[in-house]
Amino acid sequence: MSVKRSIVLYLHVHQPYRIRHYTVFDTAINSNYFDAEYESKTSNEAIIKKVANKSYLPTNQILLRLLNDHPEFNFSISITGTVLEQLEKWAPEALRSFQELVATGKVEIVSETYHHSLAFFYSMSEFETQVEMHKNKIKQLFNYEPTAFRNTELAYNNDLAIWAEKSGYTSILAEGWDPVLGWRNPNFVYRPKGAENINLLLKNYKLSDDLAFRFSDQEWSEWPLTAEKYCHWLSEIDDANNINLFMDYETFGEHQWSDSGIFDFLKKFPGDWIDKHGNTFQTISQISASSEKVDEIDMPQTVTWADTERDLSAWLGNPMQNAAINSLYELTEKIHQTHDLLLIEDWRKLQTSDHFYYMCTKYFNDGDIHAYFSPYDTPYEAHMNFMNAYRDIVYRISQKGIDV
Amino acid sequence: MKVLMLGWELPPHNSGGLGVACYELCKSLSQHNVDIDFIVPYQAEHNINFMRVSSANTEITFDDINFNAYGAAKNINSKNRNLFAEYELFTRKAINMISQKNFDIIHAHDWLTFKAALRIKQLRNRPLILHVHSVESDRSGNNRGNEIVREIEENAMHSADQIIAVSHHTKNKIISDYGLDPSKIDVVHNSINAIVEIDSGPNAYHYLTAMKLQGYKIVTNIGRLTVQKGLTNFLRSAQRVIAVHPKTLFLIVGSGEQYTELINLAAELGISDKVLFADFQRGKKWRDAFKIADLFVMPSVSEPFGLTPLEAINYGTPSLVSNQSGVSEVFKNCLKVDYWDIDEMSNLIASAIQSDAMLSELVDKASAEVELMSWTDSSRKIAEFYQRHQKLSEVSK
Repeated sequence: MSVKRSIVLYLHVHQPYRIRHYTVFDTAINSNYFDAEYESKTSNEAIIKKVANKSYLPTNQILLRLLNDHPEFNFSISITGTVLEQLEKWAPEALRSFQELVATGKVEIVSETYHHSLAFFYSMSEFETQVEMHKNKIKQLFNYEPTAFRNTELAYNNDLAIWAEKSGYTSILAEGWDPVLGWRNPNFVYRPKGAENINLLLKNYKLSDDLAFRFSDQEWSEWPLTAEKYCHWLSEIDDANNINLFMDYETFGEHQWSDSGIFDFLKKFPGDWIDKHGNTFQTISQISASSEKVDEIDMPQTVTWADTERDLSAWLGNPMQNAAINSLYELTEKIHQTHDLLLIEDWRKLQTSDHFYYMCTKYFNDGDIHAYFSPYDTPYEAHMNFMNAYRDIVYRISQKGIDV
Repeated sequence: MKVLMLGWELPPHNSGGLGVACYELCKSLSQHNVDIDFIVPYQAEHNINFMRVSSANTEITFDDINFNAYGAAKNINSKNRNLFAEYELFTRKAINMISQKNFDIIHAHDWLTFKAALRIKQLRNRPLILHVHSVESDRSGNNRGNEIVREIEENAMHSADQIIAVSHHTKNKIISDYGLDPSKIDVVHNSINAIVEIDSGPNAYHYLTAMKLQGYKIVTNIGRLTVQKGLTNFLRSAQRVIAVHPKTLFLIVGSGEQYTELINLAAELGISDKVLFADFQRGKKWRDAFKIADLFVMPSVSEPFGLTPLEAINYGTPSLVSNQSGVSEVFKNCLKVDYWDIDEMSNLIASAIQSDAMLSELVDKASAEVELMSWTDSSRKIAEFYQRHQKLSEVSK
């Protein structure tokens, strides 16, 4: 029997603060951009409660049992500041269930920006502040200090890796995108170009998306996907040290509904992988520590985990998106001059990448995945709400006697 | 396939979208080997080569006609007692002139032609398709409208072999107003062909051009000034928009029975200086009204289809349309609002004109959408209806 191969399971937990129906008549009068009525489609409270019940609570229950039942089972999560705040306010039992997972000592937490922002591409100081804020929050709620880093939307390039190494991280995550990999595969640990020691782990998007996107698709030739079949595929890969399954946490119960059988799958597949196939699981840091880096990966251009393009165009692909995000970051200097922490916090909440994703028009005509994940009827509605809130921020800065 | 078509107007002798829709539909049908005899109620040159156009009444011109296909009959009736006398005259003349004609199908557009169409069906035993571009309650802004017209519509629709509605909006109205069997009604949306006439010279609206250079935004409506078009709500929204964005001007192009009422309302709202009434326009002045606008608004109370937002895109202008319109069923890249929601209408107008990036994205994506539209799909469906009815009528013979 050859060396055990490892699954690196990494789950990303995030909810934004969605902007309510916020009109020109609210601007400069109310600053409660994120406080929709409970019945509204943009109610953050209603959404977090729904997702907690459909996904976080049942998934955590299963994961906790798996951690207890299988000594070799472990996994990694990232969990944003914006979702943590909302869990504290509106779903404390779900937050406790995450804390219980981490308390087992078998769950690694990955570092990222507190606000799930694209600040890395706009303001280094703002980016570093948000990473620090996130570290503090994780320390406060989980008593945990991360050693691995992931950027929002897995948006990665060489510069990010170099920054992460300098900042003391030992691992970083990115998409395993074929045009970058060439003849190589994502199932090993790599070294980013320009870095010395940091370990680069690449998402195996084909096997990840079998669960995240295709699991309940009855048109899919492999439907229904059983734990047995899936473990068989993973053990049949010719050349693999670590198989990196990276996906949204909400895959379980929210993107793939309970009636698709996703929970039964989750209950079964770690045991099958460990017991029947004689393989194992490792966290991001464990696999980084135990594996040789096989080669160098050069990604000068930013690669993300979204859409067929794998670039930032889902967030920054049209004039509306660019106008919105550029306007927001142009306020960086002035907003800090206000020393108004509530105002600065509202400004940061507007940086969450989801706001720009909702303005994506790429596939609006076909009515696809972007529409499914948006609480707005159209990308234009998302843009107008955002810009009205943005103008309120500008108004608040000007009220402090600062020229904007 | 020979089709006898009864219509009310064809461009350039038209006062609105019905004539344009008939023209484009027939042009496209002629490419499906459909031979059309089109009857209009007035004498005029049309310069059309893809079908025969004949006049039911050679003694009057388009401008002599005292009523048109759009106005709610109730309103016109008060001004013109001869409405139904004229209507009967057209019906009689149309029936007389078809004795020499050969055709397989009768296809009639809107209530003015329905009585004649029904009589011809009875006389010649041919299948009758009624094409409904609007019903009486649309034209009366959701009131009942004229009872005689309702009766004409109801009778004809129940006797017709098939109804074509220009939208689901219209289909639903036919069902709720007249109790028609839904299976007898097919929706065939209107369309647009992206043909734009190129004008030379400066925009006809010099004042607006100058104000735009000073940072003003222009919001335009083009259409008849009737209760159906929802312009009182538009003006009330204008007042609210101007309150938050004073550098906004409203251009209203059209004529109709609400003309003085709207001018008075603008004065009452204190926005007369920001609302320009440009009367009914054709040609360059009509096209320039689309071009000068930053946003085109169609706030109709009840709009069976509503072609103008698609036309606006051809002139590079995005639109806000009411949800109570047929076009909102097929047009995605525009802003939409309920006609009664003045708060939201004002919010959308004011938000939109403050985001050039969004306006340009709307134009970009809407242009791609409009480019994919054409009359070809609509006319193919209708040609299939013709063939189905022809077969059925052969079987019954």
